[in-house]
Amino acid sequence: MTRIRFAFMSCALGGLAAIAPLAAQQAPARFGIGRPASPAEIAALDIDVMPDGRGLPAGKGTSAEGQALYATKCAQCHGATGKEGPNDVLVGRDPRGTFPFSQDPKLPHTIGNYWPYATTVFDYVRRAMPPTAPGSLTDDEVYALTAFLLHANDLIPADAVMDKASLPKVAMPARQFFTPDTRKQLATKPQR
Amino acid sequence: MKVTRRSLLAGAAGAVALGSTTQAQTAADPSKVRGKPSRAVGQRAAPEKVQRILRSGAASSTPHQDLMGIITPSDLHFERHHGGVPEIDPTTHSVLIHGMVERPMIFTLAELKRFPSHSQIYFLECSGNLGRTAGPDTTPGMLAGLTSTSEWTGVRLATLLKEVGVKPGAKWLLAEGTDAAVLTRSIPIEKAQDDALIAYGQNGEALRPEQGYPTRLFLPGWEGNASVKWLRRIEVADQPFMTREETSKYTEPFANNTARMFSFRMDARSLITAPAFPKTIEKGWVEIQGIAWTGAGRIRRVDVSTDGGRTWTAANLQEPVLPLAHTRFRHLWNWTGGEAVIMSRAVDETGYVQPTKDALLKLRGPGTATYHLNPITGWVVQADGKVVYKEEAWG
Ligand code: HEC
Repeated sequence: MTRIRFAFMSCALGGLAAIAPLAAQQAPARFGIGRPASPAEIAALDIDVMPDGRGLPAGKGTSAEGQALYATKCAQCHGATGKEGPNDVLVGRDPRGTFPFSQDPKLPHTIGNYWPYATTVFDYVRRAMPPTAPGSLTDDEVYALTAFLLHANDLIPADAVMDKASLPKVAMPARQFFTPDTRKQLATKPQR
Repeated sequence: MKVTRRSLLAGAAGAVALGSTTQAQTAADPSKVRGKPSRAVGQRAAPEKVQRILRSGAASSTPHQDLMGIITPSDLHFERHHGGVPEIDPTTHSVLIHGMVERPMIFTLAELKRFPSHSQIYFLECSGNLGRTAGPDTTPGMLAGLTSTSEWTGVRLATLLKEVGVKPGAKWLLAEGTDAAVLTRSIPIEKAQDDALIAYGQNGEALRPEQGYPTRLFLPGWEGNASVKWLRRIEVADQPFMTREETSKYTEPFANNTARMFSFRMDARSLITAPAFPKTIEKGWVEIQGIAWTGAGRIRRVDVSTDGGRTWTAANLQEPVLPLAHTRFRHLWNWTGGEAVIMSRAVDETGYVQPTKDALLKLRGPGTATYHLNPITGWVVQADGKVVYKEEAWG
């Protein structure tokens, strides 16, 4: 824009040499657009939990506490014991323990059978469940519901307390079966 | 649309004396009736009833049997969401970038638009884009309508990452939406610094609400779920976050009793869009056409078979063939009658050939999830000219 206007001005001044365009502007290292985010602004949105437990809040809960919450807030969609649906089946361990999902179309992808990380249960329930009131559960309630779902899947004992120290340590049997994408990496990067 | 007295009055006023409320939908001779006045927002011609195929409250498909060329009209772009389509105020919406960065920052929509912009035509495909149990009465849109092509406009994520300054050791970032699912996906930093966009435009105007208005992540060639819509936050980190969408979902079991995760790239695929169910064709010349696309770059060739896959002929590709976009192919066929099976097979610029269903089934097993299934599919032209989907048994 500036370049063109400049060219016009030169013409108006009678300069014939101005027909050749000037070199395009180089992008600066930074544009200086946007504003710094304050720690409070970050904390208000930063709700994710990582597999090593980073991001888990204070608080705790047990399976017994979670059971009562589950009955009132979750069972209508996920079934009385988490196995019945109508929405996603959450509970169930396949006795074979061999991850035979590819051969068995009926085997439900439960937390016990399929989920590779226990922290994901906390992260997902806190952000998205129940769908009728997402984000409405307290951190203690989410810990309790997580404990209930992990215990129902035979992943932790009945009296285990779930908190930011214990949850990342829960062993998930399915984790060993996940592999990264081994498709051939592209020799030549697609042109954009 | 009926021509009413009021619309005529509102239009060219008294000069138009021809109108009557009983006039037929379209005039017998349009050249003898004064037409409608100009209007601020155009609409489809009244007889055109094209619409998306509603699959549930959480998804709808592009009706490829009704479309031409390579661009998907914005209001027919497929949709898939996990918490409904949010209504977002563009004047207060912003995107936060934080985590392993020198300067955590907030960018309003208006600020995002001040950065250098980039526009490019790209396809976007849901990784679960195959109706495995489809019966004969399946249209192309029902079979594989979770792919669409638009011109997307936005700011390169790389530009914003320079603005905030990525710290050494950063390898992944989390993208988070502000829908009721607060959907999150982990994205490798290489993609973020390559061709990823924070998009705010679609086909020359603002994004549609279903496509992420006012801001979405856009990852060319990658599975749609990772292009997080209604984007509100990006967190830079040293490892993936292992969100529900990339562990419980969007992972594919394999026949060797493993499951693949972070399988972002969409592999080459083609789909005949005509003739297809619910069409009936006449004997004589038929233009077989369809779309092909690949997350690996450009489509190099599309082969068409009219004898159930015994012989193949290279179709004509609509030029220019754009990388990471739908490519339309066309193939002339003289149908002399009798049952025939028509199929298409895409080959991309890396030499990758669209696989058969049997090859996929062998690799993935009958119980595998529906993600990343891109088999060769076909249509049966029956002796009476009726075209139906060639059913496939997935076990
Ligand atoms: C109104 C019905 C409903 C209620 C109530 C509900 N859920 Fe859900 N839940 C769903 C649906 C639907 C999904 C799948 C969402 C999707 O795929 O986007 C889901 C998914 C889940 C998942 C992930 C399942 C998977 O395999 O990926 C978990 C875990 C979960 N819900 C836990 C809960 C908990 C805990 C509660 C109670 C606080 C709850 N839900 C209440 C409907 C419900």
